[in-house]
Amino acid sequence: MKDFLTNSVFFGAVISLVAYEIGTLLKKKFKLAIFNPLLIAVICVMAVLILFHIDYDTYNEGGQYISYLLTPATVSLAVPLYRQIELLKNNIKAVAAGILSGVLASMVGVYILARAFHLNSQLYVTLLPKSITTAIGMGVSEELGGVVTITVAVIVITGVLGNVISDLVCKLFRLEEPVAKGLALGTAAHAIGTAKAMELGEIEGAMSSLAIAVAGLLTVVTSSVFASLM
Amino acid sequence: MKHVRQFCMILLFSFIGEFFRMVIPLPVPASVYGLVLLLAALLTGIVKLDQVEGAADFLIEIMPVMFIPAAVGLLNAWDVLRPVVVPVVVVTVVTTVLVMGVTGQVTQRVIRWERKRKEGK
Repeated sequence: MKDFLTNSVFFGAVISLVAYEIGTLLKKKFKLAIFNPLLIAVICVMAVLILFHIDYDTYNEGGQYISYLLTPATVSLAVPLYRQIELLKNNIKAVAAGILSGVLASMVGVYILARAFHLNSQLYVTLLPKSITTAIGMGVSEELGGVVTITVAVIVITGVLGNVISDLVCKLFRLEEPVAKGLALGTAAHAIGTAKAMELGEIEGAMSSLAIAVAGLLTVVTSSVFASLM
Repeated sequence: MKHVRQFCMILLFSFIGEFFRMVIPLPVPASVYGLVLLLAALLTGIVKLDQVEGAADFLIEIMPVMFIPAAVGLLNAWDVLRPVVVPVVVVTVVTTVLVMGVTGQVTQRVIRWERKRKEGK
Protein backbone atom coordinates (compact mmCIF):
# COMPACT_ATOMS: atom_id res chain seq x y z
CA MET A 1 0.00 0.00 0.00
CA LYS A 2 2.72 2.40 1.02
CA ASP A 3 4.76 1.52 -2.07
CA PHE A 4 1.74 2.23 -4.17
CA LEU A 5 1.22 5.65 -2.56
CA THR A 6 4.91 6.50 -2.94
CA ASN A 7 4.61 5.88 -6.65
CA SER A 8 1.25 7.56 -7.07
CA VAL A 9 1.30 10.94 -8.81
CA PHE A 10 -2.31 11.76 -8.02
CA PHE A 11 -2.54 10.83 -4.33
CA GLY A 12 -1.34 14.22 -3.04
CA ALA A 13 -3.60 16.21 -5.34
CA VAL A 14 -6.69 14.05 -4.69
CA ILE A 15 -6.34 14.08 -0.92
CA SER A 16 -5.85 17.89 -0.93
CA LEU A 17 -8.96 18.49 -3.01
CA VAL A 18 -11.09 16.03 -1.03
CA ALA A 19 -9.92 17.61 2.23
CA TYR A 20 -10.83 21.07 0.90
CA GLU A 21 -14.25 19.77 -0.12
CA ILE A 22 -14.78 18.46 3.44
CA GLY A 23 -13.80 21.91 4.72
CA THR A 24 -16.28 23.61 2.38
CA LEU A 25 -19.10 21.27 3.49
CA LEU A 26 -18.36 21.88 7.19
CA LYS A 27 -18.28 25.62 6.57
CA LYS A 28 -21.67 25.48 4.85
CA LYS A 29 -23.14 23.40 7.65
CA PHE A 30 -21.82 25.33 10.66
CA LYS A 31 -21.13 28.83 9.29
CA LEU A 32 -18.39 29.47 11.86
CA ALA A 33 -15.11 31.24 11.07
CA ILE A 34 -13.12 28.39 12.64
CA PHE A 35 -14.52 26.00 10.00
CA ASN A 36 -12.34 27.68 7.44
CA PRO A 37 -12.04 25.32 4.43
CA LEU A 38 -8.30 25.91 4.08
CA LEU A 39 -7.62 25.31 7.77
CA ILE A 40 -9.78 22.16 7.83
CA ALA A 41 -8.12 20.87 4.66
CA VAL A 42 -4.62 21.38 6.09
CA ILE A 43 -5.54 19.64 9.36
CA CYS A 44 -7.19 16.72 7.51
CA VAL A 45 -4.20 16.16 5.22
CA MET A 46 -1.77 16.41 8.16
CA ALA A 47 -3.85 13.90 10.12
CA VAL A 48 -3.86 11.41 7.23
CA LEU A 49 -0.10 11.75 6.72
CA ILE A 50 0.61 11.21 10.43
CA LEU A 51 -1.88 8.36 10.90
CA PHE A 52 -0.66 6.39 7.90
CA HIS A 53 3.03 7.30 8.35
CA ILE A 54 3.23 8.87 4.91
CA ASP A 55 6.05 11.36 4.64
CA TYR A 56 5.63 14.83 3.24
CA ASP A 57 7.71 14.19 0.12
CA THR A 58 5.41 11.31 -0.86
CA TYR A 59 2.39 13.56 -0.45
CA ASN A 60 4.08 16.43 -2.28
CA GLU A 61 4.73 14.17 -5.27
CA GLY A 62 1.16 14.99 -6.25
CA GLY A 63 0.76 18.12 -4.14
CA GLN A 64 3.42 19.99 -6.09
CA TYR A 65 1.16 20.10 -9.14
CA ILE A 66 -1.34 22.11 -7.13
CA SER A 67 1.41 24.47 -5.95
CA TYR A 68 2.56 24.73 -9.56
CA LEU A 69 -0.53 26.84 -10.32
CA LEU A 70 0.29 29.39 -7.63
CA THR A 71 2.41 31.63 -9.85
CA PRO A 72 -0.14 31.81 -12.70
CA ALA A 73 -2.90 32.41 -10.12
CA THR A 74 -0.96 35.30 -8.59
CA VAL A 75 -0.33 36.73 -12.05
CA SER A 76 -4.10 36.47 -12.66
CA LEU A 77 -4.72 38.86 -9.76
CA ALA A 78 -3.87 41.62 -12.28
CA VAL A 79 -7.33 41.04 -13.82
CA PRO A 80 -9.53 42.10 -10.85
CA LEU A 81 -7.02 44.86 -10.15
CA TYR A 82 -7.45 46.12 -13.72
CA ARG A 83 -11.24 46.01 -13.40
CA GLN A 84 -11.02 48.13 -10.23
CA ILE A 85 -8.39 50.56 -11.49
CA GLU A 86 -10.74 53.58 -11.33
CA LEU A 87 -11.51 52.82 -7.71
CA LEU A 88 -7.79 52.62 -7.03
CA LYS A 89 -7.15 55.98 -8.72
CA ASN A 90 -9.94 57.62 -6.74
CA ASN A 91 -8.62 56.30 -3.44
CA ILE A 92 -4.92 56.47 -4.08
CA LYS A 93 -4.10 58.48 -0.93
CA ALA A 94 -6.06 56.17 1.35
CA VAL A 95 -4.50 53.10 -0.29
CA ALA A 96 -0.95 54.42 0.03
CA ALA A 97 -1.44 55.55 3.64
CA GLY A 98 -3.09 52.23 4.59
CA ILE A 99 -0.44 49.92 3.15
CA LEU A 100 2.49 52.01 4.40
CA SER A 101 1.13 52.21 7.94
CA GLY A 102 0.42 48.47 7.90
CA VAL A 103 3.96 47.60 6.83
CA LEU A 104 5.42 49.87 9.53
CA ALA A 105 3.01 48.46 12.15
CA SER A 106 4.17 44.94 11.28
CA MET A 107 7.83 45.71 11.79
CA VAL A 108 7.38 47.92 14.85
CA GLY A 109 5.19 45.18 16.34
CA VAL A 110 7.80 42.49 15.71
CA TYR A 111 10.52 44.75 17.13
CA ILE A 112 8.66 45.52 20.38
CA LEU A 113 7.67 41.88 20.94
CA ALA A 114 11.18 40.65 20.11
CA ARG A 115 12.52 43.03 22.79
CA ALA A 116 9.86 41.90 25.26
CA PHE A 117 10.73 38.21 24.73
CA HIS A 118 14.50 38.93 24.65
CA LEU A 119 14.76 37.18 21.28
CA ASN A 120 18.20 37.05 19.72
CA SER A 121 18.78 39.19 16.66
CA GLN A 122 18.74 36.21 14.30
CA LEU A 123 15.23 35.22 15.34
CA TYR A 124 14.18 38.87 15.20
CA VAL A 125 15.19 39.28 11.53
CA THR A 126 13.66 35.86 10.81
CA LEU A 127 10.28 37.19 11.96
CA LEU A 128 10.51 40.64 10.31
CA PRO A 129 9.12 39.62 6.88
CA LYS A 130 6.29 37.51 8.39
CA SER A 131 3.39 39.40 6.80
CA ILE A 132 4.54 39.38 3.18
CA THR A 133 4.25 36.81 0.42
CA THR A 134 6.46 33.71 0.83
CA ALA A 135 8.84 34.23 -2.09
CA ILE A 136 9.67 37.84 -1.12
CA GLY A 137 9.79 36.96 2.58
CA MET A 138 12.29 34.13 1.98
CA GLY A 139 14.55 36.50 0.10
CA VAL A 140 14.37 39.18 2.79
CA SER A 141 15.04 36.68 5.58
CA GLU A 142 18.02 35.23 3.75
CA GLU A 143 19.46 38.67 3.04
CA LEU A 144 19.18 39.72 6.70
CA GLY A 145 20.72 36.48 7.95
CA GLY A 146 17.54 34.88 9.30
CA VAL A 147 16.48 31.22 9.44
CA VAL A 148 14.58 30.79 6.18
CA THR A 149 12.72 27.61 7.25
CA ILE A 150 11.19 29.41 10.24
CA THR A 151 10.37 32.46 8.12
CA VAL A 152 8.44 30.30 5.66
CA ALA A 153 6.61 28.51 8.48
CA VAL A 154 5.65 31.80 10.13
CA ILE A 155 4.51 33.32 6.83
CA VAL A 156 2.23 30.35 6.17
CA ILE A 157 0.84 30.42 9.74
CA THR A 158 0.25 34.17 9.42
CA GLY A 159 -1.61 33.68 6.15
CA VAL A 160 -3.88 30.91 7.41
CA LEU A 161 -4.48 32.79 10.67
CA GLY A 162 -5.34 36.01 8.80
CA ASN A 163 -7.68 34.09 6.53
CA VAL A 164 -9.47 32.54 9.55
CA ILE A 165 -9.72 35.58 11.86
CA SER A 166 -10.41 38.33 9.31
CA ASP A 167 -14.20 38.43 9.86
CA LEU A 168 -13.66 38.82 13.58
CA VAL A 169 -10.95 41.48 13.18
CA CYS A 170 -13.08 43.48 10.73
CA LYS A 171 -15.89 43.51 13.29
CA LEU A 172 -13.54 44.36 16.14
CA PHE A 173 -12.04 47.37 14.31
CA ARG A 174 -15.39 48.28 12.70
CA LEU A 175 -14.01 47.94 9.18
CA GLU A 176 -16.87 48.44 6.72
CA GLU A 177 -15.29 49.95 3.60
CA PRO A 178 -14.51 47.18 1.09
CA VAL A 179 -11.26 48.95 0.14
CA ALA A 180 -10.14 49.00 3.79
CA LYS A 181 -11.01 45.33 4.32
CA GLY A 182 -9.15 44.26 1.19
CA LEU A 183 -6.00 46.19 2.03
CA ALA A 184 -6.08 44.93 5.61
CA LEU A 185 -6.20 41.30 4.43
CA GLY A 186 -3.51 41.69 1.78
CA THR A 187 -1.10 43.67 3.95
CA ALA A 188 -1.47 41.41 7.00
CA ALA A 189 -1.86 38.01 5.37
CA HIS A 190 -0.49 38.25 1.77
CA ALA A 191 -1.84 35.81 -0.83
CA ILE A 192 -3.62 33.48 1.63
CA GLY A 193 -5.47 36.53 2.97
CA THR A 194 -6.22 37.56 -0.60
CA ALA A 195 -7.90 34.22 -1.25
CA LYS A 196 -10.27 35.15 1.59
CA ALA A 197 -10.66 38.73 0.30
CA MET A 198 -11.75 37.32 -3.08
CA GLU A 199 -14.57 35.48 -1.31
CA LEU A 200 -15.71 38.76 0.28
CA GLY A 201 -15.98 40.51 -3.08
CA GLU A 202 -14.21 41.76 -6.18
CA ILE A 203 -13.20 45.11 -4.63
CA GLU A 204 -11.76 43.46 -1.52
CA GLY A 205 -9.92 40.95 -3.71
CA ALA A 206 -8.47 43.57 -6.03
CA MET A 207 -7.24 45.74 -3.16
CA SER A 208 -5.79 42.75 -1.38
CA SER A 209 -3.87 41.75 -4.52
CA LEU A 210 -2.45 45.23 -4.77
CA ALA A 211 -1.37 45.08 -1.13
CA ILE A 212 0.59 41.84 -1.71
CA ALA A 213 2.83 43.52 -4.26
CA VAL A 214 3.14 46.93 -2.59
CA ALA A 215 3.60 45.66 0.98
CA GLY A 216 6.12 43.09 -0.25
CA LEU A 217 8.23 45.68 -2.03
CA LEU A 218 7.98 48.19 0.84
CA THR A 219 9.20 45.48 3.21
CA VAL A 220 12.20 44.78 0.98
CA VAL A 221 13.13 48.47 1.20
CA THR A 222 12.46 49.12 4.91
CA SER A 223 13.39 45.81 6.57
CA SER A 224 17.14 46.45 6.50
CA VAL A 225 16.58 49.65 8.53
CA PHE A 226 14.58 47.72 11.13
CA ALA A 227 17.10 44.88 11.12
CA SER A 228 19.86 47.29 12.18
CA LEU A 229 17.89 48.23 15.32
CA MET A 230 18.79 44.98 17.06
CA MET B 1 -10.11 26.89 -27.27
CA LYS B 2 -10.72 30.33 -25.78
CA HIS B 3 -9.83 29.19 -22.29
CA VAL B 4 -6.71 27.42 -23.52
CA ARG B 5 -5.53 30.63 -25.16
CA GLN B 6 -6.29 32.61 -22.00
CA PHE B 7 -4.42 30.10 -19.84
CA CYS B 8 -1.53 30.23 -22.27
CA MET B 9 -1.41 34.03 -22.03
CA ILE B 10 -1.25 33.83 -18.22
CA LEU B 11 1.51 31.21 -18.41
CA LEU B 12 3.37 33.48 -20.84
CA PHE B 13 3.32 36.30 -18.28
CA SER B 14 4.42 33.87 -15.55
CA PHE B 15 7.31 32.91 -17.82
CA ILE B 16 8.25 36.56 -18.48
CA GLY B 17 8.06 37.06 -14.71
CA GLU B 18 10.56 34.21 -14.25
CA PHE B 19 12.86 35.89 -16.72
CA PHE B 20 12.72 39.18 -14.77
CA ARG B 21 13.36 37.23 -11.57
CA MET B 22 16.50 35.79 -13.10
CA VAL B 23 17.84 39.10 -14.44
CA ILE B 24 17.00 41.47 -11.56
CA PRO B 25 18.93 40.73 -8.33
CA LEU B 26 16.06 41.46 -5.88
CA PRO B 27 14.15 38.99 -3.68
CA VAL B 28 10.99 39.52 -5.74
CA PRO B 29 9.17 36.40 -6.98
CA ALA B 30 8.29 35.77 -10.62
CA SER B 31 4.59 35.99 -9.73
CA VAL B 32 4.83 39.61 -8.57
CA TYR B 33 6.71 40.66 -11.72
CA GLY B 34 4.11 38.79 -13.77
CA LEU B 35 1.24 40.51 -11.94
CA VAL B 36 2.69 43.99 -12.47
CA LEU B 37 3.54 43.30 -16.13
CA LEU B 38 0.10 41.85 -16.92
CA LEU B 39 -1.55 44.86 -15.27
CA ALA B 40 0.65 47.20 -17.34
CA ALA B 41 -0.20 45.25 -20.51
CA LEU B 42 -3.94 45.52 -19.74
CA LEU B 43 -3.69 49.24 -18.97
CA THR B 44 -1.79 50.00 -22.17
CA GLY B 45 -4.12 47.82 -24.25
CA ILE B 46 -1.39 45.40 -25.37
CA VAL B 47 -3.49 42.62 -23.83
CA LYS B 48 -7.28 42.84 -23.96
CA LEU B 49 -9.36 41.80 -20.96
CA ASP B 50 -11.12 38.98 -22.85
CA GLN B 51 -7.74 37.46 -23.71
CA VAL B 52 -7.15 36.53 -20.05
CA GLU B 53 -10.42 36.99 -18.14
CA GLY B 54 -12.09 33.56 -17.94
CA ALA B 55 -8.98 31.55 -17.10
CA ALA B 56 -7.82 34.22 -14.63
CA ASP B 57 -11.12 34.15 -12.76
CA PHE B 58 -10.99 30.35 -12.61
CA LEU B 59 -7.42 30.32 -11.24
CA ILE B 60 -8.31 32.93 -8.62
CA GLU B 61 -11.38 30.98 -7.56
CA ILE B 62 -9.40 27.82 -6.86
CA MET B 63 -6.48 29.72 -5.31
CA PRO B 64 -7.07 28.71 -1.64
CA VAL B 65 -6.52 25.04 -2.58
CA MET B 66 -3.04 25.87 -3.88
CA PHE B 67 -1.83 26.79 -0.39
CA ILE B 68 -2.61 23.35 1.08
CA PRO B 69 0.72 21.66 0.13
CA ALA B 70 2.78 24.57 1.52
CA ALA B 71 0.80 24.66 4.76
CA VAL B 72 1.05 20.86 5.18
CA GLY B 73 4.81 21.38 4.80
CA LEU B 74 4.73 22.87 8.31
CA LEU B 75 4.94 19.22 9.46
CA ASN B 76 8.58 19.23 8.34
CA ALA B 77 9.34 22.57 10.02
CA TRP B 78 8.15 21.39 13.42
CA ASP B 79 11.59 20.28 14.66
CA VAL B 80 13.08 23.71 13.91
CA LEU B 81 10.07 25.54 15.29
CA ARG B 82 9.64 23.64 18.56
CA PRO B 83 12.31 25.43 20.67
CA VAL B 84 10.94 28.88 19.81
CA VAL B 85 7.27 28.05 19.40
CA VAL B 86 5.84 30.24 22.20
CA PRO B 87 7.37 33.61 21.23
CA VAL B 88 6.84 32.84 17.53
CA VAL B 89 3.14 32.11 18.01
CA VAL B 90 2.61 35.20 20.19
CA VAL B 91 4.43 37.46 17.69
CA THR B 92 2.43 35.96 14.81
CA VAL B 93 -0.99 36.32 16.42
CA VAL B 94 -0.43 39.81 17.86
CA THR B 95 1.14 41.36 14.76
CA THR B 96 -1.41 39.80 12.38
CA VAL B 97 -4.28 41.39 14.31
CA LEU B 98 -2.29 44.63 14.68
CA VAL B 99 -1.44 44.95 10.97
CA MET B 100 -5.00 44.18 9.90
CA GLY B 101 -6.43 46.70 12.35
CA VAL B 102 -3.95 49.47 11.55
CA THR B 103 -4.12 49.06 7.75
CA GLY B 104 -7.91 48.88 7.75
CA GLN B 105 -8.46 51.76 10.16
CA VAL B 106 -6.00 54.13 8.45
CA THR B 107 -7.48 53.36 5.01
CA GLN B 108 -11.05 53.75 6.23
CA ARG B 109 -10.34 57.04 8.03
CA VAL B 110 -8.65 58.58 4.97
CA ILE B 111 -11.49 57.41 2.67
CA ARG B 112 -14.16 58.88 4.94
CA TRP B 113 -12.19 62.07 5.55
CA GLU B 114 -11.81 62.63 1.79
CA ARG B 115 -15.48 61.81 1.17
CA LYS B 116 -16.51 64.39 3.75
CA ARG B 117 -14.20 66.99 2.27
CA LYS B 118 -15.66 66.41 -1.21
CA GLU B 119 -19.21 66.64 0.09
CA GLY B 120 -18.35 69.89 1.88
CA LYS B 121 -17.25 71.51 -1.35
